[in-house]
Amino acid sequence: MSTVTPTADETRTEPSRVAVRDVLARIGRYVFLCVVLAFFALPLLWLATAPFDDTPTIAASLPQFTLDNFRALLDNPYAMTSLLNSVWLAGGTALLVVTFAALAAYALSRVRVPGRDALLYGLLLLSSIVTGTATMVPLFELAFRLNLIDSRLGVILILTGGLLPAAIFILKDFMDATPTSYEESARVFGASPLQIMRHIVVPVVRPGLATVGVWAVANVWGNFLVPFLLLRGPDKAPAAVIMYTLYTEGGQADLRLLSTFSLLYSLPVALMFVFVSSRYGFRFHGGIKR
Amino acid sequence: MVQVTSRPDETVEGAGPVTGPSPAPDAAGLGRARAAGFLVPSMVLILLFLVVPAAWTIYLGVTNYRLTGLAAANPEVVGLENYTRALSDERFRNSLVLTLQFVLGSAVIGQACLGFAIAYALRDRRGPLRRVVEAFILLAWILPSSVVAFLWIALLDRDAGTLNALLGMPGMAWLLDYPMLSIIIFNTWRGTAFSMMLYAAALENVPRSHLETARLAGASTGQQLRDVVFPRIRGHVLTNLLLISLWTFNDFSPFLITAGGPEQRSEILAVYVYKVALSGGELGFGAAISFIMLLINLVIALIYLRMLGRRKERA
Repeated sequence: MSTVTPTADETRTEPSRVAVRDVLARIGRYVFLCVVLAFFALPLLWLATAPFDDTPTIAASLPQFTLDNFRALLDNPYAMTSLLNSVWLAGGTALLVVTFAALAAYALSRVRVPGRDALLYGLLLLSSIVTGTATMVPLFELAFRLNLIDSRLGVILILTGGLLPAAIFILKDFMDATPTSYEESARVFGASPLQIMRHIVVPVVRPGLATVGVWAVANVWGNFLVPFLLLRGPDKAPAAVIMYTLYTEGGQADLRLLSTFSLLYSLPVALMFVFVSSRYGFRFHGGIKR
Repeated sequence: MVQVTSRPDETVEGAGPVTGPSPAPDAAGLGRARAAGFLVPSMVLILLFLVVPAAWTIYLGVTNYRLTGLAAANPEVVGLENYTRALSDERFRNSLVLTLQFVLGSAVIGQACLGFAIAYALRDRRGPLRRVVEAFILLAWILPSSVVAFLWIALLDRDAGTLNALLGMPGMAWLLDYPMLSIIIFNTWRGTAFSMMLYAAALENVPRSHLETARLAGASTGQQLRDVVFPRIRGHVLTNLLLISLWTFNDFSPFLITAGGPEQRSEILAVYVYKVALSGGELGFGAAISFIMLLINLVIALIYLRMLGRRKERA
């Protein structure tokens, strides 16, 4: 605005007008990005300050530094077990999802199964439509009939079923992108299909397997609804459910416990994300474009 | 959806070896039998925990099944009674309207527009600013929902919340006075990362030279978006809208913040079903609502798929 003087108006050529607009656009872009940054960072501040504050309040503030709050974790009977429960659920589900999805994706990528694409899109659509939320009644019923209420295995299987279609979809994309020539030459040298899987395919698509594994762990680690529905009592409950009970169950919430527990519970997914993004780059590959 | 009627174990057999012309790109010599074997574990789990529950919803929805009491032992088929009851129920209709507000506000307007704007603003940037902005947005997306729910409860707290302290308006009860707005903004914050990443990948498909040409020809940002960018990323936009609409429609995390309250003013369908079926014990009625939700999901998906298909025909 102030950059455009009245005299410049007549002498201004097309490129200079473009240049002025570029400067304005650049300023606008910076302002926008700063607002975005503030919006996304603001709610997270509390998580960074409160756990280390010797008198944590509900507002984010500069802490009087202390590590004493972490003792509250050990005093609570369910805090640490719930994290262990989360590890079991997330690890078990991720293992099943990666293994089963890799097998299925490889088969679908390399062998022309009739109606493959329709099947894949159908399943993906189905898994987006049929979610834990819309089917909580029959899932509860099903778990009850199969004797999977209050069972970690039940939670793992149900979560695996829900994650598999998308996992197969993502992995098939990775498999499609790897050239078959390695497998062909290995076969010429007499390797069996399972050897080829183990020694050629798995190492080549390892970034894909890692992506899906991390994605599955992150999904289960944060999943509240399925364990909330299926697990009774706090001894098997994962951290997601315990966290919820910590701030909803009667009386004044213990902010020392809440803040340290939130941080400890959030840390694994955050670290995993840092690891993946530094190692492989946290980006979408071609899979989603059509 | 043919599998809906078949029992899981039957389909395991059905998915067995299929004979036919040998496939071309089978580089590892897998063969159809082994390929089918590779598919079995996934298909069994998907069938059991996705397809069967979906089919079961339909059956439960026409019964008066309850969690406790007489109807728990001998549920009776009551036909469409649950559906007529739902459609005439003020609370259900209210919940439906709130859900549509939630999807339009937080997914279509919030996540998709904000995500695109951020991806566009960052498109040819490398360096610390981009990394910091992306890191915070992704953090909001990957942290566990019960943690972020509490972070937002703390942020919006009436007496001591960070937001009221910053705005200098203590005593403003955001969650009580504006429960829908609160969860809409919360969900925008929570889910923008996905749209941002998807559009970032999409924008790489737009040739830089085209944008440069348009810019030098004096096209405004709006014109560039409309004529150069949008035609190339239409497929991405539709896919993105489809996924985030479905996710948001079925999102349960508002329960963690407002639990549907106050007075059902933020009771979206996901929360409503939970309250009716599992807290209230009316499993049959809850299943009917679930089935209506499934149908709405299906309609959303079909609308987007049709739009995608039309795009393909034209291409």
